[in-house]
Amino acid sequence: MEQKKLAIIATKGSLDWAYPPFILASTAAALGYETQIFFTFYGLQLLKKKLALEVTPLGNPGMPMPMGMDKWFPILGMTLPGMQGMMTSMMKKKMQSKGVASVDELRELCQEAEVKLIACQMTVDLFDMNTSDFIDGVEYAGAAAFFEFAGESDICLYI
Amino acid sequence: MADFDQELDASGLNCPLPILRAKKTLNAMASGQILHIIATDPGSVKDFDAFAKQTGNELMESKEEGGKFQFLIKKS
Repeated sequence: MEQKKLAIIATKGSLDWAYPPFILASTAAALGYETQIFFTFYGLQLLKKKLALEVTPLGNPGMPMPMGMDKWFPILGMTLPGMQGMMTSMMKKKMQSKGVASVDELRELCQEAEVKLIACQMTVDLFDMNTSDFIDGVEYAGAAAFFEFAGESDICLYI
Repeated sequence: MADFDQELDASGLNCPLPILRAKKTLNAMASGQILHIIATDPGSVKDFDAFAKQTGNELMESKEEGGKFQFLIKKS
């Protein structure tokens, strides 16, 4: 049986949105899929050696708030300085207590399982990002290179 | 529970870690050997079934005991 292929485009750079690409890619690899993730725009944040990913309830009415905080701090309160950092550290604690892997760990597992991580060269240039800030093993390419793999994939996800 | 060659305690770990750890452990085992996995993630019941079907490793046993889920997987 020919090896199945999974192609993912990761476009988001927040803590919560870092999970879907890495969870799906690592699991697919464990199931025997050949897997590639193409990181573009804000998704490039997921490739940084030192991850500084955060969550924010702003613009996201679906985010469950601990301790009824949505009642104590309506939307305007969430714009106060330090609020995003606080929400992020609460989310990280919650994840740890529930046995959810860190983004670092999932990313490492992806690399161990030979998931190919590709950074969009155009957005790297656009944001003047320094490739030395990215983890080792990242490849740099463009849309055509993505289609070379995605065109033959069994599953293709835009996240 | 039948004999097994290796044991993996994935208690407290959440999706997808039990599967990823199991895969890693199986990689280091020989064909025909049996891995015993203990997990607390209720989602792992369906996940190990799906894992076995897709990887060709045989899920010999899947049961719940004292709030823990136990699996026996034979490496293909």
